[in-house]
This record gives sequence, structure tokens and C-alpha cells, in this order.
Amino acid sequence: MTAIETKDLTYLYSRGTPFEKAAVDGVSVSIEEGDFVGVIGHTGSGKSTFIQHLNGLLRPTSGQVLLYGRDIWEEPKKIREVRFQVGLVFQYPEYQLFEETVERDIAFGPSNMGLSPGEIRDRVREAADFVGLSPDTMQKSPFELSGGQKRRVAIAGVLAMRPRVLILDEPTAGLDPKGRDQIFHEIAQYHGKTGSTILLVSHSMEDVAKYAKHVLVINDARKIAFGTVDEVFSHTGELVEMGLAVPQITKIFAQLRARGFELSPHVYTVEAARRELLRVLGKGGAQDA
Amino acid sequence: MDAIISAKDLVFSYPGDTELALDHVSLTVGKGDLVAVLGHNGSGKSTLAKHFNAILLPQGGVCYVDGINTADEDRLLELRSRAGMVFQNPDNQIVATIVEEDVAFGLENIGVPPEEIRIRVDEALTDVGMYEYRLHAPHQLSGGQKQRVAIAGIIAMMPKLIILDEPTAMLDPRGRAEVLETVIKLNREFGVTVLLITHFMDEAAACRRVVVMDDGRILLDAPPKEVFSHVSLLKQVGLDVPQATEIIHELRRSGINLPDDIITDEECVEALSSLLASSGKGGGRA
Repeated sequence: MTAIETKDLTYLYSRGTPFEKAAVDGVSVSIEEGDFVGVIGHTGSGKSTFIQHLNGLLRPTSGQVLLYGRDIWEEPKKIREVRFQVGLVFQYPEYQLFEETVERDIAFGPSNMGLSPGEIRDRVREAADFVGLSPDTMQKSPFELSGGQKRRVAIAGVLAMRPRVLILDEPTAGLDPKGRDQIFHEIAQYHGKTGSTILLVSHSMEDVAKYAKHVLVINDARKIAFGTVDEVFSHTGELVEMGLAVPQITKIFAQLRARGFELSPHVYTVEAARRELLRVLGKGGAQDA
Repeated sequence: MDAIISAKDLVFSYPGDTELALDHVSLTVGKGDLVAVLGHNGSGKSTLAKHFNAILLPQGGVCYVDGINTADEDRLLELRSRAGMVFQNPDNQIVATIVEEDVAFGLENIGVPPEEIRIRVDEALTDVGMYEYRLHAPHQLSGGQKQRVAIAGIIAMMPKLIILDEPTAMLDPRGRAEVLETVIKLNREFGVTVLLITHFMDEAAACRRVVVMDDGRILLDAPPKEVFSHVSLLKQVGLDVPQATEIIHELRRSGINLPDDIITDEECVEALSSLLASSGKGGGRA
């Protein structure tokens, strides 16, 4: 089933003035329910403008956004419903915390959905669990927490609405490698357990390669590619030209292949590289740690 | 090499914290060095860096930068013109509405004559490759460009030391590459001492020396090759190694004989080429 689809989505800035400029230009893409899509593109490519259309924060100049087959702007008064179903975690979401306690901050979203106090409590607990916030943090002020913890609170606030589609814009920017791995692990678990659809905007090709099933490439306001990780990352040269990068290990393998070694062109993670090299070296059966 | 930073036994804790953010840290940095500082969030690396231009003052120990005791209030301005700092978020550092005015801001504050400001601003913008954008509004620039403008504002002050606190954390790959190239150029061509705090292991691999902090102490302090050979230790303290290092480490763990000091793409390609060629697995143009 298609979860979210855009048809010829276009968004113009400063429409009708000499400065008119397309930030999103005719993007059509169809994302299946349960998919995990990495969205890549350099700063200013239009990817953030694009994702802000998916929960109705921006209204297309032309074209459509369909959520489970229905145009989200069919009844503009019900756009709030769309925002409950499509959760958007902004960049540096910890700057959006405002409540007195962690618990109340996470509860803010669900409270606006008109749920019963019991239901809200359940959802807050569930969301806190997903991001690994311990019960003793719940009564603390979010402002006492470390940067990584604050970010978890902000993500939990969106998860508590149980969105069917979850969009995260650079959720690990500025975190150290361990914090980054933990947050990605939590997102992957949430994805596995709930079967929700995930869109992950990231500058880290290593992380996109590790977690995403499909990759959407946006450049100069247009969709350049939408395909599996294999399909997209095999176009190393074009990605680099667009100011993107491929994982370091992929670059290394491309150079080895250029030297004539017969290696798989589809290596994007260190783990895949290890398996491929051991296979080629005739140690493929070695299932060591 | 003469020392530009000489910190002895620094102790610091934030108000209300029982733990020490800096736990008796000593560090000497020679003039012209290019040093990366790694450590997980909360390891004390930013706290340490903020001691070098007196944003924070030591609660114990003593810190000299270019011969100035950072606790000497009378020489604070002099110290800050010798040790410049660039922060993570470019949008928080730009104050003017035109690029060249932003670069001139620091110079105006210290009373540099206008004709000299003109020269220094032009030179600084040229050095970071932003001269052609001198009349642009900062909001029209990309993150990497804004960060280079911020760096130009610092180098216009002609500091001897530049401290960069995760300058690339908010940038895309192109922006990161631009900023890193600029930093390396300032160090190589102009001899500016650079202290680069980063979470990106490839940036640390491009420096001459890597200091790893953990729990307010210095855990490792060596050239990148040596630091990144401690793969398990780094992972234990929440850090990472470049993928080039990691694949070699993984293969070595599987009993394959490979050098243990590989940190760059090129070195990794060379090592794997010899390995594959010697096992007769095709190729041979190498």
C-alpha cells in the first residue's frame, strides 16, 4: 500500500515577483507503507522544503500530496489530522522543548489530539521507552538534560502521536558517534516494531546506507533519483558532482575495482566490505565475530 | 617548537555539578601545530577549548596562551585577538548584513584604522575563498560559506591560534570539505596554529596530532595513525574510527595480515590491493 505520494509537486518562492524561484520543482514520488527512505541532497537543494509539504506545513503551489490515497488539502480545515498522522522531527528539535517536565513535554502532542488522560499516559510511556528515557527522567526539567537526552525527549514528543509516517530531518546532527548510533538504533527499532513509514533526511551517507531501504536524491529542487540503496549509491560520480558523498568504504571499493579487482560494486557498509573481502579471499565460510 | 598553549593541571567544574569537567588536564601545543580534539559529548573537550581564549577561567592550575596568563584580566583583549574561536552554528556568529562588514566587525572593535581594515578584510576573504561574495548578504550563503566568513572574521584579527569548536557539525558534505580545506590551508600556508574540535574521524585523520578526551581527562595524545590504532578503546569511549581503519581492523581480527596504521582511503586501497594481488585474485594493474 502506498503511504505517501507526491504528484508533480511544485513550490515557488516569491511567486509573481522577479525573484520567483522553484524550491521544489515537479517532484513525483510514491513511498510504500513500511518503507525506510533516506532523503539526501546538499543544503539548499530543496529537500527540507519538500518534506515540509508532506505534513502540510507548506501548501504546494501546484501538484498534490496524497496520504493513503487522499489529497491532504482536500479539506484544509482538517490539516491538523494530517499532522497527527505524519510526524515531523525538525533539525535540532531540542530547541523546541518548552514544558516544565519531560513528561509534560512529551504529552503536548497527544494532549492536542483530544485523547483521554489514560491514553495520553500510555503513549508518553511508550514513546519514552522507544527512545530509552528512564522513568526517573520523566519528572525532570528537560533543560537539565544533556544535548543527546534533550533530543530524545523531542523525538519522543513526536512518537507519542503514533504517526503512521515519521519524518526526521538530520536527527543526529551535532551528536557524537555513540549518541548518533543510539538514536539510529532507536529509530530502527521503532520502525521494526510499529511498521511505520520512515523518511530520514541525512548528510551522512554511511548512515543512510546502513539504515535505509530506498534513497531519494534531490538536487536543484528536482528529484534526481529514487531507488534502492544499491541503485542510487552505484552512481558514485554523479553524487559527488552534486556535492554529496558516498560512504568512504564505497569510495575505497570503487578504487579497487578501478584497479581491476573483481569486487562487488554494492558495498556501502564496513560489514558488507568485510564479508565481500573474506569471500574473495576464500574465507567466506568463516563466520567469526 | 615553541609552545603557544601551555596548560598545566587545569581543573574546572560547572556550577552545581559534582563531577569535574576538567580533571587536572595538562596540554602543550607547539606553534604551527594542527591538533584535533576528539571526545564524546560531555567529555570536556569544549570546556578545555574555552580555556584557551578565556571564555572560561581555570579553577585550578594555570593556562598560558602565547605567553599570556589567561586569568590576567588586563590582557584579555590582547589574548582574544591572538586566540580566535569559531563555533558550531554559523548563524549565531554572523552579526552584519553584508559579508565584508561582518568580517570587519572585530577589527572595528579593536580600533584598527579604516584603511588597514579594508586591506585585512580583503585578504581574509581571499584566504577563505569568499572574496567574490564580499557584498552578499550572509543569509544568501550556504552553511559552508557562512562558516568560512566566520573564519575570515577571525583571521582578519591575525590571531596566532584558531580554535574551532565543531565547525562542520551543521554542514553538508561539500560544506564540510570546504571548511576543512580552508583550515588546513591556514595552517600550512600561514602557519596559524589550529585546534580543531570535531566528531568526524576523517577530519581528525587529516590533522598532525589527535588528543582524545574522556571524563575530563586526556586519554590519548598522539599522531592520528597511533590514535586510530586503538580501535576498541575509541569505541569504548563512544568514538569511532575512519571506515578505512575499521575495515582493516576487522580483517586483522579475522586473522589476515595487514598493517595496523591505516587511516586514509589511499593507504587502505594500497594495502587491500597488495593483499588481493598476493592472493592471486585478479587485478594486477596496481
